[in-house]
Amino acid sequence: MFAPLTIIALMLAAAALAVAFSRRPAADAVAYGAVGVLSVLLALWALVRLASGAADISVVLPIGLPWLGAHFAVDGLSAFFLLVVNLATAAAALFGWGYVRAHAAHGHAGDAPAERPPAEGPVAPLFPAFVAGMNLVLIAADAFVFLVGWEFMSLASWLLVLSTHREPATQRAARVYLIMASFGTLALLLAFGLLAGSDGAYAFESIRNSQPGAVAMTLAVLLTIMGAGSKAGVVPLHVWLPLAHPAAPSHVSALMSGVMTKVAIYAIVRVLFDLLPEPQWWWGGLLLALGALTAVLGVLYALMQDDMKTLLAYSTVENIGAIIIALGLALVFKASHTPVIAALAMAAALLHVLNHSLFKSLMFFVAGGVLSATGVRDLGRLGGLIHVMPLTAFLALVGSAAIAALPPLNGFVGEWLLFQAILNAPALPQWVLKIGIAVVGALLALSTALAAACFVRFYGMAFLGRPRGPEAVKAHDVNRPMLLGMAIPAALSVAIGVLPTPVIRLFEPALLATVEAGAFDDRNYQPWFWLAPTSAIGNSYSGLIMVAAIAGLSALLAWVIHRYASRGVRRGIPWGCGFTGGDPMARSQYTPSSFSQPLRRVFGSVAFSARDEVDMPQPGETRAANFRVHLDDPAWRLLFTPIVKLTERWANAVNRLQFLTIRRHLSLMFFALVALLAVVALLQR
Amino acid sequence: MSDFAYDASHLLGAIVLLMSFALLYQNRLFSLLHVYSAQALTLAAAAAWKGYAHDETHLYVTAGLTLILKAIIIPIALHRIVVKLDIHRAVEPAMSIGATMIAGVSLVTLSILLVLPVTAEASALTREDMALSLSVVLLGLLMMISRRNAVSQVVGFMSIENGLILAAVGVAGMPLIVEMSVAFSVMVAFIIFGIFLFDIRERFDSLDIQKIEQYRGEQE
Repeated sequence: MFAPLTIIALMLAAAALAVAFSRRPAADAVAYGAVGVLSVLLALWALVRLASGAADISVVLPIGLPWLGAHFAVDGLSAFFLLVVNLATAAAALFGWGYVRAHAAHGHAGDAPAERPPAEGPVAPLFPAFVAGMNLVLIAADAFVFLVGWEFMSLASWLLVLSTHREPATQRAARVYLIMASFGTLALLLAFGLLAGSDGAYAFESIRNSQPGAVAMTLAVLLTIMGAGSKAGVVPLHVWLPLAHPAAPSHVSALMSGVMTKVAIYAIVRVLFDLLPEPQWWWGGLLLALGALTAVLGVLYALMQDDMKTLLAYSTVENIGAIIIALGLALVFKASHTPVIAALAMAAALLHVLNHSLFKSLMFFVAGGVLSATGVRDLGRLGGLIHVMPLTAFLALVGSAAIAALPPLNGFVGEWLLFQAILNAPALPQWVLKIGIAVVGALLALSTALAAACFVRFYGMAFLGRPRGPEAVKAHDVNRPMLLGMAIPAALSVAIGVLPTPVIRLFEPALLATVEAGAFDDRNYQPWFWLAPTSAIGNSYSGLIMVAAIAGLSALLAWVIHRYASRGVRRGIPWGCGFTGGDPMARSQYTPSSFSQPLRRVFGSVAFSARDEVDMPQPGETRAANFRVHLDDPAWRLLFTPIVKLTERWANAVNRLQFLTIRRHLSLMFFALVALLAVVALLQR
Repeated sequence: MSDFAYDASHLLGAIVLLMSFALLYQNRLFSLLHVYSAQALTLAAAAAWKGYAHDETHLYVTAGLTLILKAIIIPIALHRIVVKLDIHRAVEPAMSIGATMIAGVSLVTLSILLVLPVTAEASALTREDMALSLSVVLLGLLMMISRRNAVSQVVGFMSIENGLILAAVGVAGMPLIVEMSVAFSVMVAFIIFGIFLFDIRERFDSLDIQKIEQYRGEQE
């Protein structure tokens, strides 16, 4: 228990040092170097614990609330999430160091476009503090430390978002984020309050042993899903996420999107699977419905975005949806006492947590790299970057393939396991679930396919074709720390995709801690390179065979093309059509909007009330034609705008109380007191 | 505790409550101050008796503070303010006296209904004392909202404080420092009220709060 606490303390010390050195260039090196080293150490520590199946450890420190102390504990679940968080953090620290160096070298990047003054908010001191907050949440073993860590994480990330405060969009993003974060913490606070009962037993150990009443438990479940879900980005509480995540500098966006959402998932798992007693099946049903909604809407939003980082943030919403679906499945199977399939679903959830933390960090690094090289995030101004940034382009291809769930990469394994669990749904006793999970599975399949389309669009628009703007022509490959920061998650994505079984066996302590069954495959018959859940109705997957097949077929294809098709590469203007000077192809290519137009027609008019506005000049007019797309987020239209209006109306109504006479103010207090006392007097009859 | 000691403290507590009703009933400022003084005197006696019966010496300090501050200094000071400022000496009630008395009786009923079941395990005297002191607090509040004159609002506030002290005396074990700080806070509140009264008077030539309110800046 000594190791993680020391490392968290050292991270805070690094933050303090970075503040002390903030005037000198050494500050960045201190902060990012310290976070990099410390998070590698913590990740290794967690890895060793998971691999050796070490027993749970805990400690109570005499700090914090006097009658409670501060409880810390690490079990299998915490260790797994510590591994996930610190692995991605290490890559982000490396990338971030390179990113600020690139920023310092040519004066722009950051996330301010080149023509604006660079964002000068302090990032270096807050970065270690943010990481320390996330780690603190994971090792907390009482509600107080948990919420302190949670709030620390929220506020540090909020300040990191504000580091680009000169951008006009950031201010709105920060305001929405602050409101949503406060709402989330409030919901979690109330949930823990309900679980701790009236004697304030906030230690997780006593919450586990208590038996809350049915109403309190129902409320606690709903509050937890709302509180942690708002941080994770569950629709319809996702609205802050695509605003705030892109606003931060890219390595911080990677942490917020790839890692902080996982801490929120940890909170859901910790409460629903560990702290609460025997689950009810409808908890899982609720998670399944929310997850399906989140996955489909998230990826549809992502498809409509032209801004690289906003697109990635919406894609996070989609992936969170998939994870929530897996958690819901694990919960319904746990409630129906089939722990092996619950373990299968839980393993899918945890694997997807790990995968998403890797490839989403990678994709944000790619976006940061492109931004640093070109100064723009608009896909409509990029293109052809594969020629000027070949290494980044290759790593981006790996990340895109992984996030689009293509074999043999890790995204595919996660989705495959999840579908194996979904195929077991007919074993459930509830008819609602039997049919509902089939629907959820169909929606998940839809969202996976749309995600593939989304990343074809992302990769195709940014890296293929011809440059659409002058910035994309002048780009150059990024510096070595940035490339290395991207290469680490890319390599891990490939490794997990090819050899998933050893990784999944690492999860077993976490599975035991949550669903009371460790293994879901038959160890005696399954070698280490073969992934075959016993419950999977005869399905199995081997990354190695997949790699061999893909390599063989690709080689065959290449040979056939080169043998039977022309050997030379020819370039020519296919349809010159009267264009004379310049490169006509740049304007005649697909644009991001035109690529997503068919999907916008099919889904957008229903989901976003999308409207295309075409302003075509009459023949003879000389003005330019104009085309504009209006999208309308239903979460704002249906949920948040009415809430804001209602609040304003109430505030106006209550505002009149401010102008009462002194005697009336006193009367209000008096009548409130008497009414409350009367309630107490009546209740104790 | 002997029956006599119990009866005596019960009697003293009841007199404090009776004085609260008497405060509600007064319609002249001077008699209001006299009744307030009598209430504080009874409270001091209750504290001293409790200290004697339970052999708790620190309650004598409470009794002394109450006697000197509330029974003597504050009434005299208020008296002087009233004379000096030449305040209209009738209390203008916002509610009729009869209605106020009925409300007061229902408040006492409420506090008895409330306190007796809650404190079922506590000793008989503590229960009675709690009921009495809660009634005194509620009556003080009622007085503050049912009078228009600023001086009578001050007196209402002071009698709330008396109720709190009565509760503190009843529940043996309240530290002396708390009582002292309550006493001093009353003192400070009194001083602030005094300054306000002078200031209000200087500016508006009246202590009727209704007249003052039309000058409030934020009113739209």
